[in-house]
Amino acid sequence: MILSVASGKGGTGKTTVSAALAWAWKAPLDLMDLDVEAPNLHLFLDPEIEACEKAHLEIPTVDASRCTHCQMCSKLCQFKAISDMGRTLLIFPEMCHGCGGCLAVCPEKALKPGLRELGEVCWGQAGEQGFFMGRLRVGEAMSPPLMREVKARWKRSGQTQKRDLIIDAPPGTSCPAVNAVMDSDVICLVTEPTPFGLYDLKLAVEAFRPLGIPMGVVVNRYGVGDAAVFDFCSQAGLPVLAKIPFSRSLAQAYANGRVLTRAEPALVPLFRDLADQLQRMGRQAKEVPGDA
Amino acid sequence: MKSIAVSAEGPSMDDPVDPRFGRAAGFLLVDPDTLATEYIDNGASQARAQGAGIQAAETLARAGVQVVLTGFVGPKAFAALSGAGIQVVQNLDGLTVRQAVEKFKNNAVTPSSAPNSPGGRN
Ligand code: SF4
Ligand code: SF4
Repeated sequence: MILSVASGKGGTGKTTVSAALAWAWKAPLDLMDLDVEAPNLHLFLDPEIEACEKAHLEIPTVDASRCTHCQMCSKLCQFKAISDMGRTLLIFPEMCHGCGGCLAVCPEKALKPGLRELGEVCWGQAGEQGFFMGRLRVGEAMSPPLMREVKARWKRSGQTQKRDLIIDAPPGTSCPAVNAVMDSDVICLVTEPTPFGLYDLKLAVEAFRPLGIPMGVVVNRYGVGDAAVFDFCSQAGLPVLAKIPFSRSLAQAYANGRVLTRAEPALVPLFRDLADQLQRMGRQAKEVPGDA
Repeated sequence: MKSIAVSAEGPSMDDPVDPRFGRAAGFLLVDPDTLATEYIDNGASQARAQGAGIQAAETLARAGVQVVLTGFVGPKAFAALSGAGIQVVQNLDGLTVRQAVEKFKNNAVTPSSAPNSPGGRN
């Protein structure tokens, strides 16, 4: 099964929860950091990186001597990454989504595939667990293509049927976050019991609900704020799977990049229980596909 | 004489110059000699999540425009306009279309050699 740990905004403790879940998970497990703009799961898990590989997107380049300015490519491209200006064919590489449409449609074979570097995919081992991450190139605007490469690398491990996967998803509710979670069996939403936390949780629920994936909520820093988050969850039919109490020592552990369960042994049962619940939800979803 | 396009908030010569190029409400094509006008709606570009400036530049290139009078142009739209061989005059926001055209006819403007906006939302 695949579990995604997500949150409507950054700083809710999403990565801390991912790391603690990794620690508490009983079945064979791989971990994936898809927060490619600011990956930090490795800081908590300290994996041994075996290799890093650059990932690229295939973008068009033009042989201007062959281009007849028929505009078929520019009419096709929804992203305006290729645009015919009558006398000049312009390509905006950073706007290209790599769909290959223009290359296929050009009747003059004036377009040739080129490459744009997206960033790198790294993988290795964190103890018994496999570890996968992506790191976006500085200046690269699109993260979903790199995220797909990280997922593809995991699939190539050939272990996907035998092992569970926990994805640390990017924060937010836009395209990259949806991309990260969309093939999961269960989504764990991390929030805080504050008005801001509630606001972002609502956005996340709205963004992910159409995917039809079962979701559960983890309330971090329980004890600060108010009860509105819990009211919302019960109205929306979202199970609250765990409440992580607020404490100074936890905040400290987080700041130092330590796994919560190690810093605070009292939390071990909480995370074991959370891991069990999520595993159960994920396996149920897998048995009854589409009945989410 | 050259065919000019002015980014405009409305279809008349007395409407204000729309400061945004790519996301302008529309363009007024003006014949500087006769002052005959034709309005092109830019709704299709405005609605785009990205590439609004490039789309607008394509539209103007197809309409045979040679000079654009506007407020701000982002880097991609500027590259697109240059690629189409269209001259760009920026920083004309605050004027009406008529005033901008007069200024251009009196040679009181300088064509730009670089974009004046960081782009992104242009
Ligand atoms: S590959 Fe697709 S997105 Fe990229 S320029 Fe061609 S048509 Fe546009
Ligand atoms: S489809 Fe090919 S020939 Fe036509 S404008 Fe594009 S690059 Fe040029």
